[in-house]
Amino acid sequence: MLTLVWPKLVSFEGSAGRSARVTERNISTLKSAYWVVMAGGLLEPVLYLFSIGVGVGALIGDLELPGGRLVGYTEFVAPAMLAASAMSGALAETTFNFFGKMKFMRLYDGILATPIQPFEIALGELVWAMIRGSVYSAAFLVIMVVMDLTTPLRALAAFPATVLVGFAFGALGMTVSTLIRSWQDFDLIGAGQFALFLFSGTFVPAESYPPALRWLVEVSPLYRSVDLIRGISLGWVGWAQVVDVLFLLALLGVGLSVSGHRMGKLLCK
Amino acid sequence: MTALIHARGLIKRFGDFTAVDGIDVDVQPGEAFGFLGPNGAGKSSTMRMIGCVSPPTGGVLRILGMDPRRDGPAIRARLGVCPQLDNLDVELTVRENLTTYARFFGIPRPTARRRAAELLEFVQLTERAGSKVEPLSGGMKRRLTIARALVNEPDLVLLDEPTTGLDPQARHLVWERLFRLKQQGVTLVLTTHYMDEAEQLCDRLVVMDGGRIVAEGSPRALIERHSTREVVELRFAAEDQGVFAGKLAGIADRTEVLPDRVLLYVSDGDDALAEVHRRALNPASALVRRSSLEDVFLHLTGRTLVD
Repeated sequence: MLTLVWPKLVSFEGSAGRSARVTERNISTLKSAYWVVMAGGLLEPVLYLFSIGVGVGALIGDLELPGGRLVGYTEFVAPAMLAASAMSGALAETTFNFFGKMKFMRLYDGILATPIQPFEIALGELVWAMIRGSVYSAAFLVIMVVMDLTTPLRALAAFPATVLVGFAFGALGMTVSTLIRSWQDFDLIGAGQFALFLFSGTFVPAESYPPALRWLVEVSPLYRSVDLIRGISLGWVGWAQVVDVLFLLALLGVGLSVSGHRMGKLLCK
Repeated sequence: MTALIHARGLIKRFGDFTAVDGIDVDVQPGEAFGFLGPNGAGKSSTMRMIGCVSPPTGGVLRILGMDPRRDGPAIRARLGVCPQLDNLDVELTVRENLTTYARFFGIPRPTARRRAAELLEFVQLTERAGSKVEPLSGGMKRRLTIARALVNEPDLVLLDEPTTGLDPQARHLVWERLFRLKQQGVTLVLTTHYMDEAEQLCDRLVVMDGGRIVAEGSPRALIERHSTREVVELRFAAEDQGVFAGKLAGIADRTEVLPDRVLLYVSDGDDALAEVHRRALNPASALVRRSSLEDVFLHLTGRTLVD
């Protein structure tokens, strides 16, 4: 999939620099009100961690995973909440905000009158979404270390994984934004996001579903993210995590290339 | 000298609809060139093709000697674009709109700040530099958009209906700034459906209708070629102005009957008006004026510019 994206990055002279200008524009819009919105995005997974991870976890006790390994329920849920927060940070930026900028603020119409090209806008916005997602992730990792749910070293190792998760979901969100027609469709995105949140091996191991459903769970991008981050945070890294990384890279490549192409179609008529 | 814009048989289609139907245009450096025509004539589609944000469906188009299909970014780096609908960044301040936009052209920050300050001075918005965009008046927003189009010191400035929707005072302020640019030797290309705007700003223009160019020349040459020196506008109290057409026969070179008035195209307006009074036709109002581009357009297309 990188072969789809990579030539575009290197073939346009200064393409990376031009997309960085788009990211730069977003950074200069950061005002105090924005931090409140961002804090709201972090709050949700933290609340879930305490209500379900800690609260329900006290009733469940330890969880036996396939292979006979035992893990405390809070430790099981925490990496999933981390993946979910990276996802929601990236999606918030690339769906609602991106769509608003494209259709209502006409921001990109103005930008496209400069040397910047649709693909570069997509990339710049994606980097921005990733930055936002990473702020959530870093804060959440600190909470996990403080609660002794993972070690500082594993938390450091998990951080780049959360960046990848942010990138992949950002590319997915942007693709969806270039395909939807109206604000009403955001209800569907919200519902889809919530379904992912509930059924991606977040609260229950994927193995506990019947085989037909389990297959469905395992192709969910959030499941792949949860599996990756959980593996790192619990120190169980294997081939499954390599598959997770490849899956997320593929999602990133396809998403970036499709959304760049769709933006060109929508804005350069 | 090579033309900044060179188009031959330029076509733009959207599905079955042909917005631009094979036009030939050449714009030379230093010129103020206009596309005059009513809404839907294909002016904006042409401007978007020139601005390299809309690929032509057919024909030849060269901007600054380059091919928009291939060299879009390189061309856009040297263009300044003021679109029909303001698309200023509402999340940024007035000054940030200029500095951020300069960054999109890869202009270093210190240069961007200096240029923003100069341009805010030029469009008389220095006092509003720290304000958000939303509270600005329509005229101020338009001036800011024009300033933004100048931030990269473009070789060619494209203005799509620069004063549409502005009140007369705001329009005059915009015209005055554009006139200053023109005096500085900046090449301006603008679209308008206001004949007075075209007459004031354009050295040369094309009249567009239905995606085609129907006439080309300087405002004065177009008027000389397609209209008479003077026009008498008569309004009659009657419901149907047409009943007077017969009674006015022989007075004018050409008589146009519009829903609300009758236009007499003559070389001497006062003479013609005297004849109207001699025939005791008693119009409710009468006005003698010089021919304008509006009359040229009416003559060429049988329709008025602003419906």
